[in-house]
Amino acid sequence: MTSFTQTPPLADQLVATFTRRRLFALSVPVVILVYLTYIFFAFDLPGLAARARLDNAAILLSDFWSHKTHVTRDNRTGEIVVAIEGENKGTYPDGMVPDWVTIQGDVTTVDLGQGNVVTYDAAGARYVVPGYGTIDIKPVNGKVAMTAPEPVPDWISVSPNKISVTTAAGRFNYSRSKVETFKYEAGWELSFFTLDSPFHGKSIVDLAELALWDPRIETARSNFSYMVSEVWTNKMWRHGDVIWAIFETILMAFLGTMGAALIALPLGFAAASNFMPLRAVRFAFRRVFDFIRGVDGLIWTIILSRAFGPGPMTGALAILITDTGSFGKTFSEALENIDEKQVEGLRSTGANGLQRARFGVIPQVTPVLLSQVLYFLESNTRSATVIGAIVGGGIGLLLTQAIQTQKDWEEVAYYITLIVLMVMAMDSLSGWLRRKLIKG
Amino acid sequence: MVDIAFGPEPGQRPDLTDHRSAYLEMVRRKRMYGGILMVLFVGLMASGWILAEDRNAGGFWSGVPQMGDFGAEVISEAWTNRANLPGLFLEFLPSLIETLNIAAVSTLLGAMAGMVLALLSTRGLARWPALIPVFRRTMDGLRAIPEIVIALMLIYILGGGPVPAVIAISLHASGALGKLFSEVAENADLKPVEGLASVGATWGQRMWLGVIPQVAPNWLSYGLLRFEINVRASAILGFVGEGGIGYDLKIAMQWGQGRYDKVVAIFILLFLTIFLIDRVSDHFRSRLVKGQ
Repeated sequence: MTSFTQTPPLADQLVATFTRRRLFALSVPVVILVYLTYIFFAFDLPGLAARARLDNAAILLSDFWSHKTHVTRDNRTGEIVVAIEGENKGTYPDGMVPDWVTIQGDVTTVDLGQGNVVTYDAAGARYVVPGYGTIDIKPVNGKVAMTAPEPVPDWISVSPNKISVTTAAGRFNYSRSKVETFKYEAGWELSFFTLDSPFHGKSIVDLAELALWDPRIETARSNFSYMVSEVWTNKMWRHGDVIWAIFETILMAFLGTMGAALIALPLGFAAASNFMPLRAVRFAFRRVFDFIRGVDGLIWTIILSRAFGPGPMTGALAILITDTGSFGKTFSEALENIDEKQVEGLRSTGANGLQRARFGVIPQVTPVLLSQVLYFLESNTRSATVIGAIVGGGIGLLLTQAIQTQKDWEEVAYYITLIVLMVMAMDSLSGWLRRKLIKG
Repeated sequence: MVDIAFGPEPGQRPDLTDHRSAYLEMVRRKRMYGGILMVLFVGLMASGWILAEDRNAGGFWSGVPQMGDFGAEVISEAWTNRANLPGLFLEFLPSLIETLNIAAVSTLLGAMAGMVLALLSTRGLARWPALIPVFRRTMDGLRAIPEIVIALMLIYILGGGPVPAVIAISLHASGALGKLFSEVAENADLKPVEGLASVGATWGQRMWLGVIPQVAPNWLSYGLLRFEINVRASAILGFVGEGGIGYDLKIAMQWGQGRYDKVVAIFILLFLTIFLIDRVSDHFRSRLVKGQ
């Protein structure tokens, strides 16, 4: 019965608590929403739609999985050049053209597939588009004149000096100085052998035969080692350099992480309250760790690259310094959490400080420290990519260079694939090592 | 580590009739493995550093004094222009706020996406248990792509500004947070979820009312840690790409001599911000995880 008299205030209290909680639960989404609204305007999202270059996105995506071959005629000299991506490195040597191009005297025929045929001849050029008709272009009095079925659709752009045609099969440009046709094909061309290599255009079976029992192409070395060296020194993709860059990135992460762990271990002892009786020393070390972590990796990287110049050692040192701060903090925390009984047991046998640390402490903290170090090794592989972009070393440098030229997107795709594979490999390696070394 | 990794095989017991020699045999073997690992590690480290120095533009020993020189030059120039510093702090405050906003928004978006991904990929909670591996691999993929890759490509498409950085950091954060969130959710008590299921709650209600209240403190703590990481990431992305205080730092560095007071102002701002966030998040995280 006594509880009955207490019920109204208790009920009131509960109702009040629930109202407060409900209000709080409601206010969190509201605050987030208000903040996002502020960001919406602060970051100028309405203006973003206008600034976005979707045509760039299309170029990027198409370059990721395909390549284009340029067939160019210089209108003054009449010289025909067939080049993959229009690059010198991908230019077909004289007398060699892909099978969809035929050159007979003055007349060059480019078969873009699906009935699209472009013909260059002495009079000018013609593009036969199936379902539309023939676009006939001739130079007239220094201008470019076009004859095409009316009305002219919007995929043909006409100006006095230049005519461009874009179809699903390819692109075609005619200007006074030159006429170009771009044919798009799937795949990354020349990824193994460039055009000047004797192995270009051979099927896998042919290559296997060459490698295994066919006579040597160069007497000095076997066909197989010749093939490997041709791939390694591929001028278009520079596989050798890229693999080196990946290796450099992993090297930076490895040296930085391990170096930091080696330096931070003794410092961690000096900052742990159960090993360093002097409060002032402990405090000083802790503040040093805080300082090192507070001076961000970015700042360390900049300072170091000023002193040591670009290269993997600068990157490794930047990772080393930044991580010394983090490791020092976590190591000293791990050391403070150890079980004192084992240390006491060793002390009772008369072990000195170093022996107590080696046999009483290290076996206890090793799993914690090791899993920390391996986790950092994995995440530093990713950071080393970014740091490489700043200090100028490793795959990060190649990636930023390729992105800044804004045309070699197939190389960007190649590097990204390699970076993702590298990070995943390091991820599984560190996971495997962790399981092997810690759980046994 | 060696002790644990190379201990006796589970099925193969040492001969206990002569335990002394069996023990000594085990110790000898452990010492040998330990020694081999040690030699291998030292060799790798030494050859690694030699190789790295070899491929570096400047050597280590010639660089050490230069490090001091650069620092001294920067500090002395900033000291002579120290009267400018308060003004410079004000000048760079907007870009600092932009950097912080990038980090905050991407933590928020990343955490929201990470929440959903985590719940969908946790055994016992998943909406579609058959799709758990799909969501796990998605998170792995999101974590594996470095932010800089996405940011630089988006700059090409979207132009400069903070949005590419936000998207890049959010994607990475959602993968990283999703994994941590899912580890926490795995340990959640399933009884409230079953109770809610018994009264006919939908999956969303079960998660919102049964799981989220249990895991919220740990999730918030991970979110705070991620915010700290994201502030650093957004400063770095500014330096490599565009936007925020990192970009200002790059410009100031490119001017070089004569603008070192700006460099110092940015260094100090960045240092104070990161230091402050580090402390505050440390404080709140220990309160969240260990209780009031």
